[in-house]
Amino acid sequence: MQNDQIINKCKSIADEMRVEAIQMAWSAGKNGAHLGGGLSLIEILAVLYNGILKIDADDPLNEDRDRFILSKGHGTLALYPALYHAGFIAKEDLLTYKSNHTLLSAHPAICTDIGIEFASGSLGQGLSLGVGTCLALNRKHNTTSNVYVVLGDGELDEGSVWEAAMSASHFGLQQLIAIVDCNKLQYDGPTKSVMNLDNLKRKWESFGWSCVCVDGHDISSLYDALSNKISGPYVILADTIKGKGISYMENNPLWHNGKMTQKQYDQALEELGVKL
Amino acid sequence: MMEFTPATVRTWARLGACGAFGLAMLELLDEGEDIITVTADLCYFSGLEKLNEIYPDKVYNVGIAEQNMVTVAAAMVKEGCRVFATTYASFAASRCMDQVRVSMGYMNLGVKLVGLTSGLSVGILGATHMSIEDIAIMRAIPNITIVSPADCGATIKAVKEVANYPGPVYLRLSGPVNNPVVYTKDFDFTIGKAICHKQGHDIAFISTGTMVYQSKKAIEYLEAEGISCGLLDMHTIKPLDTESIDNICNAKLIVTVEEHSRIGGLGSAISEYLAGKIHKPVQLIIGINDNYEHAGDYQFLLEQCGLTAAKIADSVKRKWEEIIDDKFGTL
Repeated sequence: MQNDQIINKCKSIADEMRVEAIQMAWSAGKNGAHLGGGLSLIEILAVLYNGILKIDADDPLNEDRDRFILSKGHGTLALYPALYHAGFIAKEDLLTYKSNHTLLSAHPAICTDIGIEFASGSLGQGLSLGVGTCLALNRKHNTTSNVYVVLGDGELDEGSVWEAAMSASHFGLQQLIAIVDCNKLQYDGPTKSVMNLDNLKRKWESFGWSCVCVDGHDISSLYDALSNKISGPYVILADTIKGKGISYMENNPLWHNGKMTQKQYDQALEELGVKL
Repeated sequence: MMEFTPATVRTWARLGACGAFGLAMLELLDEGEDIITVTADLCYFSGLEKLNEIYPDKVYNVGIAEQNMVTVAAAMVKEGCRVFATTYASFAASRCMDQVRVSMGYMNLGVKLVGLTSGLSVGILGATHMSIEDIAIMRAIPNITIVSPADCGATIKAVKEVANYPGPVYLRLSGPVNNPVVYTKDFDFTIGKAICHKQGHDIAFISTGTMVYQSKKAIEYLEAEGISCGLLDMHTIKPLDTESIDNICNAKLIVTVEEHSRIGGLGSAISEYLAGKIHKPVQLIIGINDNYEHAGDYQFLLEQCGLTAAKIADSVKRKWEEIIDDKFGTL
């Protein structure tokens, strides 16, 4: 596929994923859902799953596959639709989200059959999983697989992230790629006021990482940043909008975890161009 | 396999549990086993100096970063590596407990986590380095097997068993350098199977780690007074060898002894098991009281905590007298 074809495909899948995320959140009913941080992540996962990751739903443990770790485990409203489009999950299963007995829990639980290799939910551990995975790939002389870790910006408050960041450059891990979903909001409000992350690019660079900043909702920029990896452990700071795509959710910390009324649900679908 | 001779047993004891761990690991690698160690700046302290010289590609030092250590080790296990991870027990169990819980517990990734100098052996460094809660913490996390060898020979046997044991393991190393010797001859060490040292009809000791030695000595005092005592080395605290416990339940008193808090450790594990039995002996839980001792050397702290053979014998004797004086005759 040509690049522009890949980009168009990612764009149209991202649009579908956003609708599916809203439908999943609605089906979760009174349980509510992590809408804000799911919607900020849609384009990042659309590009990863449709343009970048070497994975095969029919051979989910192929040694040469890329490894994917969703360190910000509350991003499942974007992850499960991505896994549906990648052939791991049936569409009807998406609407079992957060129900009893479902595999599609609020935070991912290990299930390789549906493409989830790591559990998450306790923040700050995914980058260490990425480091360990890369070290093991080195031992196995596997130079073809890459390891992608998606973190949230609020998650960077966790000290363990920086333990992992330090070790990634110390061990010279060329196959490790981190993407930070910088939606600039965390549970208690703006990251700037909760715990300032200014000079984030310099922070990563000072830990020995190559770093680029992109618009995290611009499919072409994301694709370019992900397919033109700079050497060393490599981090993409993706500037995003929490609650992206739904006017009343955008940049509103109340939608970190929220539940829609019927009216809000209808409005959300309408804004996404779904005819009711 | 290194043989048990008077000379080797003496050497291992002199090295202490960390040195014995390093020796066993080196031997495993010399035998061609492909085993990785991840450590948090404690390569030398873990007794791995020589191993690191000979097999530098088998050791990953993540610096003083225990959280990263556990999760890195877990991810390597997931990719098919066999991995030990080493740090002080006090940090292994509490500093990175959430990483242990998520990676070794929840994800069930078979890291062999080694808690060095557990209990009071480096108590001279203060309460931050005493590890008196690690069994309680690890026991509460599903999927984790807990192994606590009695001396350096047992440590060597345990390392080899743990290396070949499936699933996550917490290996609790305790005791000082010049660790007292319990096992002078080779013996069978099977994870999950307690070792019966002797049987007795009055009192049954169930001890773990360094307290096996102290219990043996305490039994000498008690038997000199005509009290018949049995002793189990409960080197695996989880899963518990309930069959061996059943076999000693005809004693009138069960005494559990551990270099660990009286809360949540071996004593608790045994009493949780006994609680459901209709006929059961009285249980005396000997361990460290619910407080942090001030810094002191090992022998001093054992005295302070009532964990020397003589003090254990005193505590047991008091309980025993209570039982034989029981005016209601319930026993």
